[in-house]
Amino acid sequence: MRDDVQALIRAPCEREEGEAMTKFKVVHYLNQFFAGVGGEEKADVGPGAREGAVGPGMALAQVLGDTGEVVGTVYCGDNYISENAEQATQEVVELISQFRPDIVIAGPGFGSGRYGLACGQVCQAVKESLDIPVLTGVHKDSPAAETYKGKVLMASTKDSAAGMAEAIATIARLASKLVKKEELGPAMEEGYIPTGRRVNRFSDKTAAERAVDMLMRKLRGEDPRTEWPLPKYEQVPPADALANAANSTIAIVTEGGIVHRGNPEMLESGWATKWVRFDTAEEPEMTPDKFQSIHGGFDTTAASAEPNRMVPLDAAREMEKEGDIGKLHDYVYSTTGNMGPIASFKKFGQEIAAELSSAGVQGVILTAT
Amino acid sequence: MGASRIVKGKAIPHPVGDPSQPYEGEKELRKEMLKKALEALETEVASPTIFST
Repeated sequence: MRDDVQALIRAPCEREEGEAMTKFKVVHYLNQFFAGVGGEEKADVGPGAREGAVGPGMALAQVLGDTGEVVGTVYCGDNYISENAEQATQEVVELISQFRPDIVIAGPGFGSGRYGLACGQVCQAVKESLDIPVLTGVHKDSPAAETYKGKVLMASTKDSAAGMAEAIATIARLASKLVKKEELGPAMEEGYIPTGRRVNRFSDKTAAERAVDMLMRKLRGEDPRTEWPLPKYEQVPPADALANAANSTIAIVTEGGIVHRGNPEMLESGWATKWVRFDTAEEPEMTPDKFQSIHGGFDTTAASAEPNRMVPLDAAREMEKEGDIGKLHDYVYSTTGNMGPIASFKKFGQEIAAELSSAGVQGVILTAT
Repeated sequence: MGASRIVKGKAIPHPVGDPSQPYEGEKELRKEMLKKALEALETEVASPTIFST
């Protein structure tokens, strides 16, 4: 690491000419290991503080040069902070606030689970209670990257401390920008984990030219550098087959924006933030005087005129009477399935599935638009 | 998109309906689709599978 750090010292953070020499004050958060307290056997140690830089903070201080100063280091054992989250985080924030920092930098936590999460947790708490910029660094596939995405700015690091010098360089550069309240460029260029925020930019090349450039990079075996990374779709393992629908409780769920007429539930027509549930135990069918669709992704005329076209309750009731369905569940579940983030819908799905499962529902028919 | 058992819907604005048909015809269409859906639920699948009506 030493050689890398030396190389970095030769390229300290840029400072505009004439700018005041005042250094911004950094408080650095570390776990017990990086703070030099001890390894796994010391993971139960409670929060503590030291003046100045410790461990990776020394490298950070060197890279910051005369732009910033690590005035203090606050640490906590990984187990302690994960097991006493609320209280430990509060103690850490109090220790941090005593140094009156301009910015708090945590970690980097790399690919680790507990440490990375602790870094995110501390950053979020500092941001909320002290209202100063915060920054950490983690690997893109670490639990913290998923948990704190869009909540805490995270430099994108390697998955182990072998990437320390590189991580510290990125963190120092981002920290200077944050303190100076400079607008950050795109995640890929600045080296942070994408926050989910999208900003329009003009390009001097047409989309066709950029696509060919990308193809050429790919053919040359380089990173094609997509402008639009594809979302990662999870593969959901199929549920076991139902033994016999005629003996089973079946529920109907829809993402077709079905609501009670007038939408008293105030379900959104897109970017849904919730799902709704209707008691249909006494309903022989879905009638337009009681139900309608407010989905924003298609013309709802047909579904609102005849809501059975979205929730096939009329047909399902007949099949229940005729014995094809053991019992129809007493509730229909609905949300609006367009526009929103997959993470929201995953959460809705888990919540609805949990209710259905505890109500003894064995099979679900989901009508989708 | 992760759905394991799929029965093709009639159209986006009315997945289980057909406004060009009289009500009784539409309801029959819904029953056929639901029967196919129950058949799908009763079938073991290893990956996303389309069940045709």
